[in-house]
Amino acid sequence: METMSPLERALRGLALTLVVVFFMFPIFWIFLMSFQTNETILAIPPSVIFTPTLSNYAALITGKLQTAAGTLDIAFMSNLGNSIFLSVASVAVSLVLGVPAAYAFARHKFRGSEDIAFTLLSFRFAPPLLVLLPLTQYFQWLGLSNTYFGLIWVYQLICLPLILWIVRGYFEDISADVEYAYRIAGHSWFATFRKIALPLAGPGIAAAGLLAFIFAWNNFVFALVLASADKQPVTVGALAFVTSSGIQYGQIAAAIVLSVTPTLALALYAQRYLVEGLSLGAVKG
Amino acid sequence: MTTLQLKNIVKRYKSQTVLDDLTLDVADGERLVLFGPSGAGKTVLLRLVAGVIEPDEGRVLIGGEDMTDVDAEHRGVGMAFQNFALFPHMSAFDNIASPLTATKSPKEKIAAGVQKVAKLLKIDHVLSHHPKALSNGQKQRTALARALVGSPPLLLLDDPLRNVDAKLRFEMRLELPRLLAAEGATVVYVTQDYKEAMALGDRIAVMAAGRIRQVGTPQEIYNAPADIEIARLFGDPTINLLDVTPQRGGEGVFVELSNVRVRLADYGGDVVGRQRVLGLRPETISFVDAAAPGAIPVTVEAETPLNEKTVTLALTARGREILVSRPAGTPGPIAGPAHIAVNGSQAFLFDKASGVLLPRADLAAKRNGEAA
Repeated sequence: METMSPLERALRGLALTLVVVFFMFPIFWIFLMSFQTNETILAIPPSVIFTPTLSNYAALITGKLQTAAGTLDIAFMSNLGNSIFLSVASVAVSLVLGVPAAYAFARHKFRGSEDIAFTLLSFRFAPPLLVLLPLTQYFQWLGLSNTYFGLIWVYQLICLPLILWIVRGYFEDISADVEYAYRIAGHSWFATFRKIALPLAGPGIAAAGLLAFIFAWNNFVFALVLASADKQPVTVGALAFVTSSGIQYGQIAAAIVLSVTPTLALALYAQRYLVEGLSLGAVKG
Repeated sequence: MTTLQLKNIVKRYKSQTVLDDLTLDVADGERLVLFGPSGAGKTVLLRLVAGVIEPDEGRVLIGGEDMTDVDAEHRGVGMAFQNFALFPHMSAFDNIASPLTATKSPKEKIAAGVQKVAKLLKIDHVLSHHPKALSNGQKQRTALARALVGSPPLLLLDDPLRNVDAKLRFEMRLELPRLLAAEGATVVYVTQDYKEAMALGDRIAVMAAGRIRQVGTPQEIYNAPADIEIARLFGDPTINLLDVTPQRGGEGVFVELSNVRVRLADYGGDVVGRQRVLGLRPETISFVDAAAPGAIPVTVEAETPLNEKTVTLALTARGREILVSRPAGTPGPIAGPAHIAVNGSQAFLFDKASGVLLPRADLAAKRNGEAA
């Protein structure tokens, strides 16, 4: 450890504080807003001193939104359920498809394997809007619009490349000799995949799954266009707070707090894996 | 015990030919050492026998059976890797047991098998440890135990002593022959260390650039290296190589070193009058008095005392470097002018252009006599 002069230490502390405030303040402010009524939120000058109220959360949970124009139905809780279901199912499907594919790309260089892997990655480059219009058309023909099945399918565009490329890096990191040794010991390639490759790439698979979950959770535009209210996740559901009688800032804040909590908790819990998984996946080609 | 036959093996990576039409026979119960510099293709060859790499051409026969298209798990060979290749998420016990679990043996039998081989290799006290808690020596023994535990008829050892320290390597070099003999398996052993090759091999196959250059017993290879390169690889200190033009006199073939005639062994007629390379093992040269017959004047440049021998670097009048090796404790000059004598009958003569060893007429005659 280098020794630092007091001045250096102070400057360092200041810089860190600035960064933390910059990133954390919006979350902190949203958190405060979620306990305020629209009136106190819109008061000028804004104040951090107010009487906290749970009315926003109550409105979300009961699904009844009180506005000046009367009571509105809010599907927030079912949106939250949709988000959880869509993200979990998408990641599960991606893991089932992506992990064996990643293994194949890592271990078997066949003709065109790089091209296929790159094509899959290119799904992440293309802006979603590019594919949205044709997708909408296809989904209507195939009867997939406004189905969970269709949404999970589209979510593979988000999750599959991510899992494939991160996990591939982890598989490539495992010494081929270790797998050879298991084969020579008399085990089939599938047993080698299950007993050697999967456990050794475990942390990477977890990191990739987590990241894919966060990306799936944050998706907005696919669900906005391809699903209607009863299948939509929270990202789209939050639009409902922009009502004819004004924008319900308090409820929006409460909704954000509720919808951010699962991913934030996951990310905090697994941040070590995440950093490792990201840097590995990024450097490996 | 089993036999191993490799027939016309070719392996290419992209445009590079790693193994080039390689043919090799290993007899039942034989210990064959594959020796060669790194990049010679030794490891690739071993993996090809194990079945984790497929040859582009040629056949691999184990026990007379064509195994070329048989998967690694069905070949029944044992292999130890240079980098150990232990399973990091399993205990030493599970590592060693892995060839036994594949055969679905009962638990007690597996435990007994592992205990037995672990005791033999003196690692029975660390069986519960994971690889990262093992010392390098213990890792190496665990890898070896894993290769031995199933009593495979064919054992492939890929430079197993490469990554262990010198002391352990020395110990294992003494211990391994006994261990392998007790096992009774046919062994293919890869190494880059000529001493290891000479200590462990019934026969040595010298590889370079994807080909086998010479196969023979350690003595054959040391005493009759097929070419200059092999002569250089075997021996420490390395062999002295001097450009000479042999001549024929009344008493036979000779070369002149610093105007002193050195009589060589009996060679055929076409040896003389062309550029050749004289190979002199440092231990066949000795320091002598100036008055001794055939004494060649030199200047002693430096002396390196090793444990069991002393190596001296001397310069001839023309400035050619000559290494002289003598048993430690024997007297010899430390610096300044001195004289050496060369035992011409123990010298090798190579063709300068091709590097190939020129056959000695007397040895050829002897061999013919034996054959008859």
